Amino acid sequence: MQAEYSAFIASAYGISALAICGLLAWIFLDARAQRRALAALDAKGVRRRSAAGETAGGSGR
Amino acid sequence: MTDVSASAKPSRVSLLANPTRFLDLSGKVQPWLYAVALAAIAVGLSLGLTAPADYQQGSTVEIMFIHVPFAWLCMMIWTVMSVSALGTLVWRHPLADVSIKAAAPIGAVFTALALITGSIWGRPMWGTWWVWDARLTSVFVLFLMYLGLIALTRALEEPGKAARPAAILVLVGFVNIPIIKFSVDWWNTLHQPASVMRMDGPAMPAVYLTPLLVSAIGFTVLFFALHLTAMRTEILRRRVAALSRLAARRADA
Repeated sequence: MQAEYSAFIASAYGISALAICGLLAWIFLDARAQRRALAALDAKGVRRRSAAGETAGGSGR
Repeated sequence: MTDVSASAKPSRVSLLANPTRFLDLSGKVQPWLYAVALAAIAVGLSLGLTAPADYQQGSTVEIMFIHVPFAWLCMMIWTVMSVSALGTLVWRHPLADVSIKAAAPIGAVFTALALITGSIWGRPMWGTWWVWDARLTSVFVLFLMYLGLIALTRALEEPGKAARPAAILVLVGFVNIPIIKFSVDWWNTLHQPASVMRMDGPAMPAVYLTPLLVSAIGFTVLFFALHLTAMRTEILRRRVAALSRLAARRADA
């Protein structure tokens, strides 16, 4: 009797895992893209006035 | 970015208003949040998946250990955004708008998951994927509001311009949160009434309550971890935009 529900349970967990992993991936890739963009600008010598004294190539943290 | 150092006697909240200080602090807290979230979700779900089958729901009770946390989160995230909206409109906190913009997509994902997992549970238990009862309909409206908010926060090039309309949309939309919560009491719904947050205490045995609460804590912490990361990214995105404009001006000169 229990086995007939297993497909429902597996799909609920599977879809949730997929969506949350997708969300995690999107958030981390976006974070990496912005860090890289900032580093690229920094390498070109474009940096914030407050960061002018810091060493070049900072990770943006 | 906004300089708040001139204001006298900064409170703890306004200390966090300095985005650079926020980046420092959140960077330290972040890995711990992810670790706690992962541990709690792992414990909660493994307890839940090994719990005995319910006498009525059978093994589909296992879906509850993710469905209930997702449903709780979709309301909590809108509440977090409402507090942030007050931050934008009342205190003009520079990170309040960043908080709303970062939370909206996360809220939309958890709302969608609450609807989907509920639907998958409903098919074997209710005999239908969907009914337009008050609880389901009001959560569906919440999902649409998340989508609208995402569109609004990303519609304007200048992020500061979308801050006020987005904050107002969030506050107006907050009316829906008590409607969702009490829909099962106010209307005759197919969805069952509250069984955890009740005046007379939770109406379920500990074998289900413990995994449910641990899993809910885990997903809640996961939301705050994701929210922090997304907020940090949004701050960096605004810096990149400002610096790109600066570089373009220099190139013109």
